[in-house]
Amino acid sequence: MLFDRRRLLLGASAVAGSLAGLNARPAAAQTKLDVTQGTVQPMPIALPDFVGGSGAADGEIGRGVTQVISGNLKRSGLFAPIDPAAYIERIANIDAMPRFPDWRTINAQALVTGRITRQADGRLKTEFRLWDVFQSQQLAGQQYFTGSDNWRRIAHIISDAIYERLTGEKGYFDSRVVFVDESGPKDRRVKRLAIMDQDGANVRYLTRGDDLVLTPRFSPSTQEITYMSFGQRDPRVVLLNIETGQREIVGNFSGMSFSPRFSPDGQRVIMSLQQGAHSNIYVLDLRSKAMTRLTETPAIDTAPSYSPDGARICFESDRGGRQQIYVMASSGGAAQRISFGEGSYSTPVWSPRGDAIAFTKQGGGRFSIGIMRPDGQGERILTEGYHNEGPTFAPNGRVVMFFREPGGAAGPSLYTVDLTGRNEQKVQTPGFASDPAWSPLLS
Amino acid sequence: MAHSKLNFRSLGLALALAAAFAVSACANKPQDSMASAGAATPGSQQDFVVNVGDRVFFESDSTELTDQSRATLEKQAQWLRQYSNYAFTVEGHADERGTREYNIALGARRAQTVREYLTARGIQASRMRTVSYGKERPVAVCNDISCWSQNRRAVTVLGVTS
Repeated sequence: MLFDRRRLLLGASAVAGSLAGLNARPAAAQTKLDVTQGTVQPMPIALPDFVGGSGAADGEIGRGVTQVISGNLKRSGLFAPIDPAAYIERIANIDAMPRFPDWRTINAQALVTGRITRQADGRLKTEFRLWDVFQSQQLAGQQYFTGSDNWRRIAHIISDAIYERLTGEKGYFDSRVVFVDESGPKDRRVKRLAIMDQDGANVRYLTRGDDLVLTPRFSPSTQEITYMSFGQRDPRVVLLNIETGQREIVGNFSGMSFSPRFSPDGQRVIMSLQQGAHSNIYVLDLRSKAMTRLTETPAIDTAPSYSPDGARICFESDRGGRQQIYVMASSGGAAQRISFGEGSYSTPVWSPRGDAIAFTKQGGGRFSIGIMRPDGQGERILTEGYHNEGPTFAPNGRVVMFFREPGGAAGPSLYTVDLTGRNEQKVQTPGFASDPAWSPLLS
Repeated sequence: MAHSKLNFRSLGLALALAAAFAVSACANKPQDSMASAGAATPGSQQDFVVNVGDRVFFESDSTELTDQSRATLEKQAQWLRQYSNYAFTVEGHADERGTREYNIALGARRAQTVREYLTARGIQASRMRTVSYGKERPVAVCNDISCWSQNRRAVTVLGVTS
């Protein structure tokens, strides 16, 4: 068993409670970040180390929680954590009002204070308060109980609470990424499925590298992964339960099955089936095991992805010559081509918000990552270079992760870029990494 | 191009070695095999790789057989008719200049093209299977055309004798 999500959930959000507000004055216009604008000036935010705990180990956890939150907010590009060396007030008791003038002096707009308390049963109580420094009032306050080895999870949940309170958008930090870990020389590359927190921590390997594995995707419950695996015979779509480690080959067809992805309700898996020279899109009902053909072309139809309401499917096809993006009803039938720019388009993936489709665009020897609206309008390139490929959306649809190949003997790395295209970040992984897929929020 | 051809030759030789080693499990030193590669035992895997040619190459994003590819496949068909005890796998491959899923499908198309050609030349379909590795198994590693052209290939891999 790789990890127990139910225990985690019980340990974290299920026993979250809100902290009573400490308001000095009635609410007025509050500190808020407008993330819908093209350029966002990052909000200066102060995050002194969480206080309390008993002993050095708890102090470490307090510092760790603060660092994880600070790292999340900074990477989002929307916040600018202030260097702790500049802090004037030293927070000792989070139940007392902060000295707001001290925080205004260093130009902090928001302040996060927190406390770790060891419970009699050994669990940790983690509390935080989010303050509007200029309005001198509390914006949010929560407490969480957890086993002490789950403190990173709590830090991500707190990060999401801060992000949501200050931007008005759902966060994306309490989430995971499944990807393909790559090792060894390029002509004998070993590929293993791996899973990690979205910030690159807690990497665990889900396969051993005996079989070549590609294109893993999360189920909406985040309990299962579907991917393509090369076993002894034809390459197959596999379902893997990440709690139990149970593996199941999907369907029994002649020819290869590949490029799988779950439906938003988790009841179906959509994929490509190869028959002779052609590849078409099929959907498998996981309960009845019924397989339904959705496209019927003498072409390569692949990389299908559902709209979040499950009503439509975007996919790539070379039915018109080069690879282009098409959209059809999830029951199949006529498909509309939506990509018309120069070059070819592939690996479309629908945003969880429903308002955008991200893709890989190829042309002039360059591979770019871009987005367009589901009607094909409003195309924007977020990043380009020798070889960028395979976008996946963060749960809130504001950030895209992809992999970048430098070419030659080296290997790929994972990157994130936000929808403005201005905030690009490398994701730390233990080795080469490709084919990322972002989970939904875990809680 | 001359350079890439040279690369391919030496690669082919390395493959021949590996094949000879795997099947015969004999005590031959690799050096011995290399010395005698040109005079491989007729009907051996080594003979197929070295004297017939186990692979054909494709243009970028194409599944069309070139004249040279057809000539190679004619020789393959002739050899496979003669040594009908071999089952074999046609492996389709793509270069790295494409996205992963598409390249998987493109490699399958290339393998299918070879399969159909050999079938039309009288090779029993029951002896053949196809598989695609997309861009996952390059033989040449660099980021220019000399490598990509070697990686866009379909390789006929002889299996156990029946």
